Amino acid sequence: MLVETAPPAEETSRAPRFGFLRSWDTAIIVALLASIVVASLTVTGFASPRNIGFLLIDVIPILLLALPMTYIILTGEIDLSVASIAGFVSCVFGALWNAGMPMETIIPLCIVLGIVSGAFNGFLVSVVGLPSLAVTIGTLALYRGLAFVVLGDQAVTSFPRAITTGLQAKIGATGIPGWILPVILLVIIFGVVLHFTGFGRSLFAIGYSVDAARFSGIGVARTKFWLFVISGAIAAVVGVWWTLRYGSARGDNATGLELSVIAAVLLGGVSIFGGKGTLPGVIAGVGLLAILRNALQLASVPEDTLSMLTGGLLILAVVAPNAITWARSVSRKASTT
Amino acid sequence: MAEAQDAAVRSSRSAEVADVPVLELRDIHKSFGAVHALRGASLSLHRGQVTALVGENGAGKSTLVKTLAGLHQQDRGQVLLDGEEVSFRDPLHAREAGIAVIYQEPTMFPDLTVAENIFMGRQPLRSMRRIDRKSMRQQALELFEQLGVKIDPDRAAQGLSIADQQVVEIAKAISLDARVLIMDEPTAALSGIEVNRLFAVTRTLQAQGAAVLFISHRFEEVFALADWITVMRDGAHVATAPAAELTVDGVIRQMVGRDVASLFPKQETQIGPTALEVKGLSRKGVFSDISFTVKEGEIVGLSGLVGAGRSEVARAVFGIDKYDSGEVLVRNEPLKSLSPRASMAAGVAFVPEDRRKQGLVMELNVSRNLTLTLRRKLSRFGLLTSMAEAQATKEWAKKLQIKAGSPVSPISTLSGGNQQKVVLGKWLATGPRVLIIDEPTRGIDVGTKAEVHRLISELAGTGLAVLMISSELPEILGMSDRVLVMHEGRITAELSRSDATEESVMTAATGVDPKTKETTA
Repeated sequence: MLVETAPPAEETSRAPRFGFLRSWDTAIIVALLASIVVASLTVTGFASPRNIGFLLIDVIPILLLALPMTYIILTGEIDLSVASIAGFVSCVFGALWNAGMPMETIIPLCIVLGIVSGAFNGFLVSVVGLPSLAVTIGTLALYRGLAFVVLGDQAVTSFPRAITTGLQAKIGATGIPGWILPVILLVIIFGVVLHFTGFGRSLFAIGYSVDAARFSGIGVARTKFWLFVISGAIAAVVGVWWTLRYGSARGDNATGLELSVIAAVLLGGVSIFGGKGTLPGVIAGVGLLAILRNALQLASVPEDTLSMLTGGLLILAVVAPNAITWARSVSRKASTT
Repeated sequence: MAEAQDAAVRSSRSAEVADVPVLELRDIHKSFGAVHALRGASLSLHRGQVTALVGENGAGKSTLVKTLAGLHQQDRGQVLLDGEEVSFRDPLHAREAGIAVIYQEPTMFPDLTVAENIFMGRQPLRSMRRIDRKSMRQQALELFEQLGVKIDPDRAAQGLSIADQQVVEIAKAISLDARVLIMDEPTAALSGIEVNRLFAVTRTLQAQGAAVLFISHRFEEVFALADWITVMRDGAHVATAPAAELTVDGVIRQMVGRDVASLFPKQETQIGPTALEVKGLSRKGVFSDISFTVKEGEIVGLSGLVGAGRSEVARAVFGIDKYDSGEVLVRNEPLKSLSPRASMAAGVAFVPEDRRKQGLVMELNVSRNLTLTLRRKLSRFGLLTSMAEAQATKEWAKKLQIKAGSPVSPISTLSGGNQQKVVLGKWLATGPRVLIIDEPTRGIDVGTKAEVHRLISELAGTGLAVLMISSELPEILGMSDRVLVMHEGRITAELSRSDATEESVMTAATGVDPKTKETTA
């Protein structure tokens, strides 16, 4: 027994110096609101309905992928292959469309392809027992390679304009794209499942202690398998969305998107070690990243810089919570002695 | 003149030395926020003497050890080393002062050899700063010889038993010229033979003049080893006396501040039909041909030395580990599949041996831990709320008298005994038919121990079938209606309550057939 009389943890109502950062969620939501205010005031055109429409439409792929990614990272795993699955699905979509298949048949087939791709990841992680980092680095390359096998370096662009522009339809004169509504519904479902169901509880338990979860009758392998399947399915949805939104099926669609997704999830306060995190935090993380990128793009900051920003935020997201814990313990020590 | 004075001082000091404790703590106070963990703890350790520190969980023993090890700094009070006041800033400082702590489960570098582990960070060097492996190996061998144990210094630390790991830690301590050796519940995870070896090692050290502080919940060990016994209660020193002048009952009274009526309140129960039946369970190299039954209302004790395969059988029965052949039936129905989920659905509950790693999610709060097995049961229309969880937690906290600040207190703030009650609660709340409980009272204090025993007994009284694994013979003998004994993966004896004695169980556990008195292969 190492801990017999453990020091009382975070409950002690002291050290108000970092009080507002007590929860990373609050901090990130404040940062999101602040960035909206600052961007509206300083960047011309940011607050226009046109730009907000763009912003919301651009955020959809990251937002969608962040949902299963949150679950997966919470259980202590990671899925790096999501963008490659999206690219792979996009190419298959293009090839089938070229072959003259109707849209109503292609889309379900694409979703099935995503499910199979995710199931392959899930099989290697939960049945074979390989680390997901290694598995999905492998399938990141594999699925991207398959994308190029399907379409080579050509692009399929012959999609009906009615559909590609229809995706961007706005709700009345608000500038808000209609397709954001089903996405919001999905976000709410993922949030409720995570925070208000037994399944959600089991994800946190797995993330903190796989052993204790197994000994509590939680099917750890089964749960992880299905998370990768869900991740694959959502990645397929993103692949279809991406193809139609840009009217182009290409091998390099969505390349590197996994980086933005993971950065947003970690920035949203999900611990890379599993167990800790909330969905509202993740939504704020996605929003913050999207607004920063959008505002900087409007301010004509080059794409390279934006990529560096994403990377920098990713590191910040991992370092900052630890730094805050450290700062808090220092300030507590200082106030006790 | 000055020289003479010096000599006088020196001689007077050397005369004192015999009486001056190597290490002394006087009236130590330590608070963590609102928790007053130590309030006047005192302790003195003498050269060549073993002092046992006893007290209930939460009495402040571990905090005191951590103060000695330099992990905590006291708020008030004195630490004296050879009669001179010191203050340990950090663990390194304490180590340099000659204080070594052997923890219950040592942490080692699994991929390095035993010798490398001993000399980590201070390897003997040859020219050009190359590590002198030969000398390192030689020194390790000498250390083991000095301790009278046989451990290959060249083998990897991975796979060493906990007992061997502790010996390696002790060897490391000696190589660091430790004068004070603190052993914090070293025997909790050891078998009888291993305990004896640890005691032999400890006596060797004692003979060489080391001061030893020994912490244990097992009184037979305390009385077997210690010269002095110091009792703590509620963070304060209660009494210190030579072990020879004390009795177990007396020590328990001082620890709890009251009389503990009976440690093993076994109730007479109505034994019903078979609830759990295990038929010919085998797993290559781990256990073979395990068959037994547990009836409703019956407590079956599963005894044996550590490593005999008891926990492995329990894990297989519950569906955590696979097995090669055999069958598990719950109320005459074979389990649908080999998984904890299926076992749970059939009404089996399992309180595992490692509370902190397997029983609880230490990062979650009391409520989330207690309701982790009730995810479905507490859901309404598929939804689970903190309110429902808190309600269930309050209900079980009341039933089991769990002392916790609130349902949302971190589980790590509870004492070991209360943590164990949470693990029990999370399983009892599932309404099980069969309870498998592995080391029900490991590392918990004597008062709570009696409570847990009473609880198990009461549960059996309500018709629950209990399979209880324990390394503590008094617990097995006191609680069981029937005793199964395992040795090297096989059941070597099945004894009725009246036939089970310390002798008959130990003979079977060490592999001697009680009927023929010959060692079974």
